Amino acid sequence: MSAPLLYALVGVALFCMALHWVIACADPLRRILAVNVMSSGVFLVLVALARRVPGPSPDPVPHAMVITGIVVAVSATALAIVLASRMRSGAAGR
Amino acid sequence: MNATLTGPTLAVLLIVAPLVLAIAAFLAPRFAGRFGFVNAALMPAAAAGLLAAVAESPLSYALGDWGAPLGIRLYADSLSGILLLATAVILACVTVHARGYFARSAIRSSFWPLVLFLHAALNGIFLSADVFNLYVALELLSLAAVALVALGNEAAAVAAAFRYLLASLVASLSYLLGVSLLYHGYGTLDLALLAEPGRHGAFPWAALALMTAGLAIKGALFPVHFWLPRAHAEAPAPVSALLSALVVKAPLYVLLRLWIGPFADVPQAVGELLGLLGCAAILWGSVQALRQERLKLLVAYSTVAQIGYLFLFFPLARATAVLDAVALFVLAHALAKAAMFLAAGNILACLGHDRIKELDRVAGRLPVSLAAFGVAGACLMGMPPSGNFVAKWLLVAAAFESGEWGWSLVVIAGSLLSAGYVFRVVGHAFTPEQAREGGAAISASMSVTPFLLALLALLLGLIAAPLVELVDSPLPGAATVVGR
Repeated sequence: MSAPLLYALVGVALFCMALHWVIACADPLRRILAVNVMSSGVFLVLVALARRVPGPSPDPVPHAMVITGIVVAVSATALAIVLASRMRSGAAGR
Repeated sequence: MNATLTGPTLAVLLIVAPLVLAIAAFLAPRFAGRFGFVNAALMPAAAAGLLAAVAESPLSYALGDWGAPLGIRLYADSLSGILLLATAVILACVTVHARGYFARSAIRSSFWPLVLFLHAALNGIFLSADVFNLYVALELLSLAAVALVALGNEAAAVAAAFRYLLASLVASLSYLLGVSLLYHGYGTLDLALLAEPGRHGAFPWAALALMTAGLAIKGALFPVHFWLPRAHAEAPAPVSALLSALVVKAPLYVLLRLWIGPFADVPQAVGELLGLLGCAAILWGSVQALRQERLKLLVAYSTVAQIGYLFLFFPLARATAVLDAVALFVLAHALAKAAMFLAAGNILACLGHDRIKELDRVAGRLPVSLAAFGVAGACLMGMPPSGNFVAKWLLVAAAFESGEWGWSLVVIAGSLLSAGYVFRVVGHAFTPEQAREGGAAISASMSVTPFLLALLALLLGLIAAPLVELVDSPLPGAATVVGR
């Protein structure tokens, strides 16, 4: 098995395990973290498969996609944390 | 001036103008409402101009002159033109309604930037020809939509928004994993290049499954619709109208583009599976709508049911008129559902509750809003001459054409069930209970906008023939690079 394929499979495994936790977990913070692990899995797949072209340097397009993906993931996480903290303060106020 | 307003300029304007206005509305909250109105006035004209420009031949524009394999292409044909115009018109109506609805509310300064971001994202989706660009636009759409739901601000709204956010994040990551596999196999992200026949190696099954699953979650197809009813019901009424009318249609549009492009030769069985889920959505959503105690939840479950009709495209994809049927259905449902949610919002604002059993004498207090609700409901049932009637007719015809008439039974059953839930609301509204005064006043602009939308939905059937012709003409363009 080649190294890029191994990394890609690890990425898929991370994606699947984290998906399980998003569904199975009740705590909002853990679910947010699980979504972040999921996106790391996807990024790992992207970076690993960037070695698809034979040659000295990997394909730059998936790397650009990962950078955009990280920006999206950070902003989504920020929104999720605001919502989670608002849910917690709402529950405490009752 | 006309010389500069060509198709590419309008396409860029449709994405950039709402973005710039959104940022302006965020920086200057005092004038946020005005920026919203500028957008509402500008966008229908720009979308109509673009539709006129692409009616003859589709537009393909390489941004910054970077060509297709590396650069990001904008693409518009008459299907995207029609959707852009419908989005602009519905958003303009909702803008007028929202000004009254949020008149004395503190959240209006956050409403306007978010709604403008939402518009930019929708336009971006309808104009993208690149599977990764679509991912970014879908993500911007979800983030704006989730924040808008959270404006409801009560604990229930925040919880619904959180669930919506998690569902849509899981959906977009599934889509993105599919995109990465697709890129690995094909070496391009461009929709037209992906669809080129020479590129096909093995069929990208994993990419198909992951991308379809992600888009089905975002589009709230039956078993994964769980996030929709609460999110759409707890949001403020203008937001619910936008979510049900436009936001759930965007992922479906992406799926349609994939289906008539890269995934065109997918085996029939996959389409049948999506069609069966669509049927389940029609029946389950309608039955749930019949059982709801609250008006906004009823309307939200009706959206679950109506989305099911759109997924009947996939088993019938090889019949001739089925794309027309789906395009018409998207428009008709968008107009009718926006009208229903705005009318339900007026009822909620006036009575202070939306329990269906206690809608006593709404007919006397909010005649125009109730009329809007009734007319929009009649459209959903598929009463002629509404757009839904023509769309359902085309769907049934396509089912018979492909020899699979079983689908048409579900279309008819869904119409009967929707008659049931609409009459249930209207029936309670006419009950001769003692009138209770009080509640917020509903301004004229707030009552007229839903009525106008309902009327548009009703009259859509009359212009169905030219619309269908427009959708039909340049569609093969979806699979070929035109222009440049």
